[in-house]
Amino acid sequence: MQQTTFGSLEHFQKGSIEIIKGKAEHYAFSNIYEVASGAPPYQKTVVGKNLKFVIESLRAEGDSPWYAAAHDEFVVVMDGDVTVHYIKPDVAGSLAPADSEGTYTLDGAPQGKSMGYVKLGRGHQAILPAGVAYQFRAAKPGVLIVQTILGPNSVEKWNDICLQ
Amino acid sequence: MMDMSTLPQNVRASQPDAITGYRTFQLGHFEFSRDAYFVTVKWPAQGTQHSHQMHADAFLRAMMRDIAWGFFYGWVNFDEVLGTRNHYGKVDLYAGSFNASYKAAGVDFLEQFDTPVIMATFKAIMKDWVNEGFDPFAAPEETGTAFGAKHGDNVAAIERTRIATKRMPGLEGDSPLRDDFPVNRQFNDVAQDEPEIHAEPGFEKELHAFNLFKYLSRSDVTWNPSVTSVCKESLFCPTTEEFVLPVFHGNDRVEWFLQMSDEIVWDVADKNTGEPRARVTMRAGDIAAMPADIRHKGYSQKRSMLLVWENATPNLPKRYESGELSPYPVQF
Repeated sequence: MQQTTFGSLEHFQKGSIEIIKGKAEHYAFSNIYEVASGAPPYQKTVVGKNLKFVIESLRAEGDSPWYAAAHDEFVVVMDGDVTVHYIKPDVAGSLAPADSEGTYTLDGAPQGKSMGYVKLGRGHQAILPAGVAYQFRAAKPGVLIVQTILGPNSVEKWNDICLQ
Repeated sequence: MMDMSTLPQNVRASQPDAITGYRTFQLGHFEFSRDAYFVTVKWPAQGTQHSHQMHADAFLRAMMRDIAWGFFYGWVNFDEVLGTRNHYGKVDLYAGSFNASYKAAGVDFLEQFDTPVIMATFKAIMKDWVNEGFDPFAAPEETGTAFGAKHGDNVAAIERTRIATKRMPGLEGDSPLRDDFPVNRQFNDVAQDEPEIHAEPGFEKELHAFNLFKYLSRSDVTWNPSVTSVCKESLFCPTTEEFVLPVFHGNDRVEWFLQMSDEIVWDVADKNTGEPRARVTMRAGDIAAMPADIRHKGYSQKRSMLLVWENATPNLPKRYESGELSPYPVQF
């Protein structure tokens, strides 16, 4: 059978747009592996934006800051192995302001109880539950996508990443 | 004897044809009939009758998606002439309304129906026209033929619907994982390992992870976006794709595609006229927006994994139509 082709930091082949009418920019076309390979570790680079909602591409390398959001977020590992550690804060709702949106970066690990951790490989998805602190740890470089809402740490650099 | 017992009350159908065995259906001023090879649709325009034909297999694959998706978002074009537009409670059925030539000639026709009425009719058509051995949800290599006179049915295949997920599959009280489904023949090389979850006592129900690629490798249908994560109105709806998207989808909002494996080529055309605009080739890791003013149809030579990303906020169609929102999601 024909092999299933996945991408990686080391190996990806970006597609293309053949324009008949209009502009390539209308499609905001990028490649998450290319974006992650050119970004500092854990920069939350926006690669998809639908009004306030975003998909971010992150280069996983070493330990990330501790993060939290007032709503559920999700992560899918697109390359490499990443462990996610979780802390339930002692004071519920203390990490990200109620009704706030997007990911907050915390100043170190918050006070609270360890909830445990999940070990993710390529193609694995985990929930980043509302109100819970989480940290990504990766021994080797990898790539994550995060489903969230545009937040204070989301980086938009469309000119640098999109086909034009 | 006409057997009406299996037809809902609001479905208008003929007796089975003596030669082909298929019923003919009326929906408002539209008529749908099929023979061994073709589906024929008729409608009134300019005081006369106009008609259109599609290959039976292409028609049934398109109608299957429209039913399973509950008329989806915006326009579901079966081809360059026939299609539906979802108004979420009501549905337009049209012929030529989004085809520049039909529109200019004034031979287009559009009629609006309450969703339950058009849904019941579409389901009755599928029940009658899908023969034993043909699965309109499958890729051509995976299933039998749609052609010939009526022989049996495949009700089980056509009763599959879009999976509804509240938060994430596998969570307690949410949609199930797919461990009971076999791995698709074209995903035999996809790793089936699950993430390791090490929850501290008391947090077993809060930590959750699963192998999304494994889940997709076991999808038993093609081109059927199904929700796997919910961040307010942001929905990840991945799906497995093979052969051709059976419809030309014109969305009433912006949507995004992230190619998770292999390759898809998208034909992109003007939503209103059908004029070609672009061909977008997406390989693993590529992400691209589908603007709100286009229609698109995908081609996937190998079964591939695609993340379809939707914003399900209800008021979006009006905001795009009024011009409040640009059809392009980002300006740079």
